[in-house]
Amino acid sequence: MLNLFKIKGQKKEETANTNGRPPKKQSPGELRLHKDIAELNLPKKTRVTFPNGKDNLMNIEVSLRPDEGYYVGGIFVFTFEVPHAYPHEPPKVKCKTKVYHPNIDLEGNVCLNILREDWKPVLNINTIIYGLNLLFMQPNDEDPLNHDAAVVLRDDPQKFQRNVQTAMSGGYVDKVYFPRCK
Amino acid sequence: MASPDEEPAAPTEPERWRDLDMLLSRPGNLVDANFDPSPGLRDMMGSLAEVLVVGAGGLGCELLKDLALSGFKNLHVIDMDTIDVSNLNRQFLFRVQDVGKSKAEVAAKRVMERVSGVSIVPHFCRIEDKEIEFYSQFSIIVLGLDSIEARSYINSVACGFLEYDSDDKPIPETVKHMVDGGTEGFKGHARLIIPGTTPCFECNIWLFPPQVKFPLCTLAETPRTAAHCIEYAHLIKWNEVHPGKPFDADDAEHMQWIYSEALKRAELFGISGVTYSFTQGVVKNIIPAIASTNAVVSAACALEALKLISGCSKTVSNYLTYNGLDGTHINVSDFARVKDCLVCGPGTLIELDTLTTLSEFIKILEEHPKLLMSRASVTHEGDNLYMQSPEVLEQMTRSNLGVPMFELVKGVARATVHVTGMAENNGKKASSLRKLRVVFKGVEEASRMDESS
Repeated sequence: MLNLFKIKGQKKEETANTNGRPPKKQSPGELRLHKDIAELNLPKKTRVTFPNGKDNLMNIEVSLRPDEGYYVGGIFVFTFEVPHAYPHEPPKVKCKTKVYHPNIDLEGNVCLNILREDWKPVLNINTIIYGLNLLFMQPNDEDPLNHDAAVVLRDDPQKFQRNVQTAMSGGYVDKVYFPRCK
Repeated sequence: MASPDEEPAAPTEPERWRDLDMLLSRPGNLVDANFDPSPGLRDMMGSLAEVLVVGAGGLGCELLKDLALSGFKNLHVIDMDTIDVSNLNRQFLFRVQDVGKSKAEVAAKRVMERVSGVSIVPHFCRIEDKEIEFYSQFSIIVLGLDSIEARSYINSVACGFLEYDSDDKPIPETVKHMVDGGTEGFKGHARLIIPGTTPCFECNIWLFPPQVKFPLCTLAETPRTAAHCIEYAHLIKWNEVHPGKPFDADDAEHMQWIYSEALKRAELFGISGVTYSFTQGVVKNIIPAIASTNAVVSAACALEALKLISGCSKTVSNYLTYNGLDGTHINVSDFARVKDCLVCGPGTLIELDTLTTLSEFIKILEEHPKLLMSRASVTHEGDNLYMQSPEVLEQMTRSNLGVPMFELVKGVARATVHVTGMAENNGKKASSLRKLRVVFKGVEEASRMDESS
């Protein structure tokens, strides 16, 4: 039983509550994110920035510079929007750079299994960054979001290579314009 | 016009409470050790206990009615939602003419009309809109919510009031009890959260199964079900056609657009089953609500609140699940707390001088026998005081290293601080996140009073 008289006494004391303001909430998700960020172990040449300052880590910008594969020399910027239910829910990741890539569509949607169907709370921001990095090292034609790019990659890898170069240098591929991203 | 609301006169007061008074005025064998039966107990609990009901939807309507009929007289209800016509089948306090009005306000009014002597204060706003202090007035918080996020928020607010003594025992006056109800179709749960004693919401959040999410490439390339077509329209097509315009699931026009796009896609791939209501269901993640499940779960929750406040019987320990899907099944599991839960755990007590700087504090963590934490990053109520990495954050927080901790936590005598770093765990160094209770030596309670005033 709750001691009702205590409750009564407590009410009277409330204004004189010496413990001052109750703590501002810091969600468990924010704390976990804090840990993830403090432990980031980034691939070479990858940079992270926090557009909302050092006290709001829920929005992250990650720029990847692949050092091998089709996309060497390009800079690709991703936004991470971390939900309050993190790590129960995965961050929402979008590619800000318009890219000619079989697994990334022209709106910046990314097909990476750990971002959706295979997300688990043990995964973290670092895992996602490595996953994205892998997409640039090994784009695959099996999970296409950009259907045309996937077909070219499968049927004519050399043409795919040329298309990637054209897109990264700023130019048209199949009537779609890609701004320079080198 | 004869209104369906017209009812026979309510029972006279003593008559209404006869059974409850018997329960509260007689001793028993299964009662709580502190139960003090008396004819006045109902009145006393009614006038002294303030109870907050979070949510005025399917569960909330039931809860308000059940609590009011269980002798609680000071109730508050908070809900940001307005009444939709689809609520009326189970949210029985609402009528057709209420559509569009605040759920909290209408629910409070209806229950007060029917149960005399009950005061219900409605709050038509988001739970996050209320100052934290708002929540401190309640002895019990009863949750009738439908999201993990909202539960987690209320849980962290309620656990935020909890204080431990120097032996890591919860101080009873700081404990905010929570009774959490939840339903999903034929299934439901009712659990009792006594911060510091029973597991808090965060202790076993891992129990929730992950939400089903389809791979984007399946949606884009190989849709096989109606849900695939709907999610394609929702997640991919919407942004393609409306760049920069956020999708609003509560906007009927938006929903209609998703429906027609999904229908086109379903036709293209020869898939059947896309309907407007199924579209709503997929996009808003709606699970059909069963009125009786709400009634069962709410009854269990209201009973727990009554037992908790009066001691007239033992409370549930601590997690009741109800499943009406295959026959009917009720089970009670006694879940265990997570000893160093970041939300409800006591944290490691550390005493500091008011002059101890942040860098000295980080040194102390390395040598502290309970922590042995190296390379600590430090955060306090959302202020990142120091980050070891990445470089950009290290640079931004480096200047704090020479500043006294007392100053960094804004001159309070006691502060909760979280630290991340490599700490020893069973003889091995592992990355850890720990909660610390920092107390400053020689800072009197009085100075905190000055601070708050």
